[in-house]
Amino acid sequence: MDDLDKVFQALADPGRRMLLDRLHAQNGQTLGQLCERMGMTRQAVTKHLKILEEATLVVPIRRGREKLHYLNPVPIHEISDRWIGKFERGHLRALAELKQKLEEEGKSHA
Amino acid sequence: MPDSRFVYVTYIRTTPPRLWQALRDPEFTRQYWMDTRQESDWIPGASWTLLLADGRVADQGEVLEIEPERKLVLRWRNQFMPELHEEGDSRMTCTLEPQGELVKLTIIHEMDRPDSKYINAVSNGWPKILSSLKSLLETGEALEKSVFGAKSA
Repeated sequence: MDDLDKVFQALADPGRRMLLDRLHAQNGQTLGQLCERMGMTRQAVTKHLKILEEATLVVPIRRGREKLHYLNPVPIHEISDRWIGKFERGHLRALAELKQKLEEEGKSHA
Repeated sequence: MPDSRFVYVTYIRTTPPRLWQALRDPEFTRQYWMDTRQESDWIPGASWTLLLADGRVADQGEVLEIEPERKLVLRWRNQFMPELHEEGDSRMTCTLEPQGELVKLTIIHEMDRPDSKYINAVSNGWPKILSSLKSLLETGEALEKSVFGAKSA
């Protein structure tokens, strides 16, 4: 299995994407912090983290007695670089912002 | 007090001596690291400066630890944006670990303060620099040279 397969396989699960979202919101969390409000057992979170670590999407770093988990942005950057040209990036960001703005307006009118 | 820290990891098909050279040699860095070069005597306590293509100083600091082909720890402070300069020193720890035909490169960039604007600002740049470094070592070609839009005249 090549490295990119591992990344996509790791991203294919909503629970693992939620763990990445939580690290994106607050980088460097312990296993205990990541288990809070996840709605799954500690064993399940540990298993998901192992898959994310094997895909290098998450990197554990020891700080004193604690093991902190960090989101590694490099593989996701490589995916986006592979299929998105450097000139498209600006347009896509503008589109994403437009979509977000319109959807927020939609919500406030509802 | 929580500190600000980002961790970047990439696996590169190369050898530790080659990666070690690529991390410091201007002939390499100007190709993958926004057209910059570093100046240092590369011994603990030596000053360390990152220069832009036009000669301006981007960052300035000191070599804290150096173990050839294994580990480099630098302390530096941004020099060209006042709101980033005032945050003080950041610390960068770079480790190289051979794993079969690959070398695992880990960069930890941190600052002892919560919500550092500087650590956040450079978090967009590091993945580009590392992807470009990987491409340079594996294919002989870096990716976009000027990742922060700085024109190399």
